[in-house]
Amino acid sequence: MYELSLIALITPLVGGLLAGLIGSKVNKSFTHWITTLGIFISFSISCWILVEVFLNPSLFLNQNIYEWMSIAGFNFKAGILIDHLTVSMMAVVTFISLMVHIYSIGYMHDDPGYHRFFCYISLFTFAMLLLVMSNNLLQLFFGWEGVGLMSYLLIGFWYKKESAIQANFKAFIVNRVGDMGLLLGIAVIFSIIGSLDYQTIFNSSTELVKAKISITNGYSVSAITLACLLLFFGAMGKSAQMPLHVWLPDSMEGPTPISALIHAATMVTAGVYMVARMSPLFELSSVALSVVLIVGATTALCAGLLGIVMCDIKRIIAYSTISQLGYMMVAAGVSAYSASVFHLMTHAFFKSLLFLAAGSVIIALHHEQDIRKMGGLKQYMPITYLAALIGSLSLIGFPGFAGFFSKDALIEAVAHSSTVGSEFAYYCVLIGVFVTALYTFRFLFMVFHGQTRFKGGEQIKESSWVILIPLILLSIPSILIAWPTFGVLVFGDFFSDSIRQISSYELFGFEYQSPLSFLIHSFSGPVIYLSVIGIFAAWVGYIKKPELPYKISNQFTTIHRVLVNKFYFDHFYENVIAKNTAKLGSAFWKFGDIKIIDDFLVNGTAIRIQKLSTITKKMQTGYIYHYALMMVIGLSLLLAWVIIKS
Amino acid sequence: MLSLLIFIPIVVAIAIVLMGDKHAGKAYGLALLASLFVFAFALFVGIKFDPSLNQFQFVEQVNWITQFNIQYHLGIDGISYPLILLTSLLTPIVVVTSRTSPKQKYHQYLASFLIMEGLMIGVFCALDGFLFYLFWESMLIPMFIIIGLWGGNNRVYATVKFFLYTFLGSVFMLIALIYLYFKTGGYSISDFHSVPLSMREQLLIFLAFLFAFAVKIPMWPVHTWLPDAHVEAPTGGSVILAAILLKMGGYGFLRFSLPIAPDASAYLSSFMIALSLVAIIYIGLVAIAQTDMKKLIAYSSISHMGFVTLGAFVFFNIGTQTASSETMSLALTGAMIQMISHGLISAALFLCVGVMYDRLHTRLISGYRGVVNSMPKFATLMVFFVLANAAVPGTSGFVGEFTIILASFRMNLWVAFFAAITLIIGASYSLWLIKRVIFGKPLNERISGMQEMTVIEALPLVTLAFLVLSLGLWPAPLVEIMSTSIENLVNHITFSKL
Repeated sequence: MYELSLIALITPLVGGLLAGLIGSKVNKSFTHWITTLGIFISFSISCWILVEVFLNPSLFLNQNIYEWMSIAGFNFKAGILIDHLTVSMMAVVTFISLMVHIYSIGYMHDDPGYHRFFCYISLFTFAMLLLVMSNNLLQLFFGWEGVGLMSYLLIGFWYKKESAIQANFKAFIVNRVGDMGLLLGIAVIFSIIGSLDYQTIFNSSTELVKAKISITNGYSVSAITLACLLLFFGAMGKSAQMPLHVWLPDSMEGPTPISALIHAATMVTAGVYMVARMSPLFELSSVALSVVLIVGATTALCAGLLGIVMCDIKRIIAYSTISQLGYMMVAAGVSAYSASVFHLMTHAFFKSLLFLAAGSVIIALHHEQDIRKMGGLKQYMPITYLAALIGSLSLIGFPGFAGFFSKDALIEAVAHSSTVGSEFAYYCVLIGVFVTALYTFRFLFMVFHGQTRFKGGEQIKESSWVILIPLILLSIPSILIAWPTFGVLVFGDFFSDSIRQISSYELFGFEYQSPLSFLIHSFSGPVIYLSVIGIFAAWVGYIKKPELPYKISNQFTTIHRVLVNKFYFDHFYENVIAKNTAKLGSAFWKFGDIKIIDDFLVNGTAIRIQKLSTITKKMQTGYIYHYALMMVIGLSLLLAWVIIKS
Repeated sequence: MLSLLIFIPIVVAIAIVLMGDKHAGKAYGLALLASLFVFAFALFVGIKFDPSLNQFQFVEQVNWITQFNIQYHLGIDGISYPLILLTSLLTPIVVVTSRTSPKQKYHQYLASFLIMEGLMIGVFCALDGFLFYLFWESMLIPMFIIIGLWGGNNRVYATVKFFLYTFLGSVFMLIALIYLYFKTGGYSISDFHSVPLSMREQLLIFLAFLFAFAVKIPMWPVHTWLPDAHVEAPTGGSVILAAILLKMGGYGFLRFSLPIAPDASAYLSSFMIALSLVAIIYIGLVAIAQTDMKKLIAYSSISHMGFVTLGAFVFFNIGTQTASSETMSLALTGAMIQMISHGLISAALFLCVGVMYDRLHTRLISGYRGVVNSMPKFATLMVFFVLANAAVPGTSGFVGEFTIILASFRMNLWVAFFAAITLIIGASYSLWLIKRVIFGKPLNERISGMQEMTVIEALPLVTLAFLVLSLGLWPAPLVEIMSTSIENLVNHITFSKL
């Protein structure tokens, strides 16, 4: 199985490199065949291992590939860890990646950067697999920065667009802020345990609990709390948690397939994955868990609110993604890691479905992204509409859909949690349910229902099959995936070999029997009714009385302005932080380096020596009578001094 | 063996000078052949080199000036060998790329680089303090000539500044060496290492050496000569300056300051760490503000070299914690890797700027935009090196910084925190550079008309990219070469001389 998983890891890399290096010399079909084949092999192997794991739950692999570096007994290695969490992630990542590869054959068909695109998305998949298959923190960091790098290159894929290269620069820097936290978190763990290997870390996690790290003289914190907080700070960057979420909406400048793959399904969930992977550590720090919970809940609600006022089809889905990532963090914060990972998976399906459906709309409308210029597309693009509808229903948690099970489970867990902050989080996620339904159906109604608000409706065609097939294939798990897996993954002990598992009764407060009973049980809670109210509100506002939203926004101008300006986060970062950093650098340079060091100290010394020498130079006139006069004066003074002294 | 490494390039250089002005092509061929031969020879030395031996290898020892007990004493260990290999690798690269920009007195230009090579290898091989000083100082002359003759408009100011700075620094080193001569009765560096010294003596010697090495590396606040020198130097000069000359300072700390004055090093470590952090953060911020590409890379070099000095001093006691010898090895190895890696990356970046400069004759960032449109292959390589400069994992730039940050954290939370800020600052100036230069719509017709790299321009960049990538993915071989010597150094430092 080691060889197989190694092949699964390597094939996307090989495919990507071939496409990038020789693709443009061969032809387009070579490029998409070789990369898609690479992902397909990887996907098949992932499924194979997944089946093996279901048949033989004790299957486990932890093997090092090679030694990266070894200094004075500290070993840094690259390695593969195959457990239930890894293999589930592998299956999800490679499946979505495969869908996106197929979809891109159609979507990117006329783009001059065709080969580059396929090279990047295959390399991205490799980096993502590197991240999830790692057995140590160093390799996780490699994958972590690797996906960030590929995301950077893909957001700026259309490098002539000024907004795109601004967005990718911003994305990289904001991610780096998070990465700094992750790196320091890794350093905390390394400083106490002396190893980055997961197994070693978990086995000696008590050392982390015992150790103190001094912050200032006399004040120190427990190493475990510091480590978890720093790791989570990294997760906040990657998984776009407030206040480090600002890069994700801007990342929509990239081609839509990568928004589906990277900025919805895979990369942005890396933070959630990492928290789940590190759950044996997070469980030991209640402070860290509360922080995770509160940050997640705030993000879940606030990002959802922003989704309501956005007019760009992709940005609505982007804010929705941020909000859903917040939900996953909330689940992790109340120790329901399996629910968190399960929501990660269902979200991967329905959100990439929504993105790809949006892409289908965008390409049909010739790159129009403003939902105010859409409407009534249902009749022109029935299959795309159906896909978007399925994605939306799953997103708002419509009973029976995949998103319903994952979201309901995690809300149940919050309701029964006693973690500090869980009450606040509970209200956030409940209001969030209403908000989610509202913005989702606002999007759906404005794009597909009502009057057409664009010109040349006759020419709008349904997209080609290569685009529709992935939509159909993604629709299936978006509806059904929870039915066979829900019980095992969330309430069973499927993840118990990788995630710190707490008994489901303790987490959820009830005994789980079957998906159906869970569904029936949910009717006694508020969640379903809240989403129905949300849909109703959207229906009133965007179908029945389209003038209502304007009235409301005119009534509450301040709130509306705050929302439209995205809580002024961007404003603050750009005008306060970025500008002042540049100013500080400039001041250091112009004042510190040029004025003080160069002009005053370096050249100043030279000038002072020069001045001194001009003075002394004057004495060297070259006339004998000057020297003679000097001698006479000198002698007289000397004589005078001798006489006076005696 | 080592003498050959030193003198082959020098002898060939003299031959080239004697050949005269007329045979530019022949001079080029000869210089290339000689430098490649030296590289092959250095590789051969590497094969024969036994990393597990805890002593200097390929030792050559001859009495030279007996009155003062000065010896012609050469030898290498795991600390000097990687730097020698780096030197012998970069010289042929500089020679190859020099062909694209014909200059006046081309043969002398080539000869200067070959002489530089010999002298630089000499610095890394010398085991006699006097011989070291001789190589160290004479190295200034060809560099002085390279910048002064083939440099930019403001070259006179830059060369004088460069010369005075480094010369002033070296004078203090000479005093320290003479003092040590009186102490030990010779100039053998090994004797210097073992001679017991009082704290007062150690402090003075440390400071004297510090002047020389801090200028060379350069450390804040004696760094302002470097941006000026880089801006005026021709491409080849910048490459050698950034890739190797700066490393002499780092090498000096490891070879002289730490083992000769371990107690003073420990005593002053907080001061050294503070200066390193200033270099990393302050200079990093200054780099963001630059408008000239070469200046930007020069400042980024200073910032990266801050990690070398940080790695060299971070393991000493801060507060109450005592350093474990493992942490010391970690930090020192990190410093070495950072030196090698920076040598490769900064060389490549200066070559990249050179490629663009040869086409548009400006180094100003505002003179470029959208180079990727006309030079996609070049843009790919440049983006790669810029990412390596921002220490993206998988490139060699990551390895050293990662190791040093890990080691720092074992000593002090805040030092690691401030060092890790480079993740943000380094990414900012690096990526902002390519955002403005490489990406975007072409600024004007001259940009859209830029010719893609020639093979001669591409070959060195591809070679360097390969090395940066291999070192990033598998630093183990490099670490293995150094491990015994570093362990040895650590053992030496942990014993007090008092």
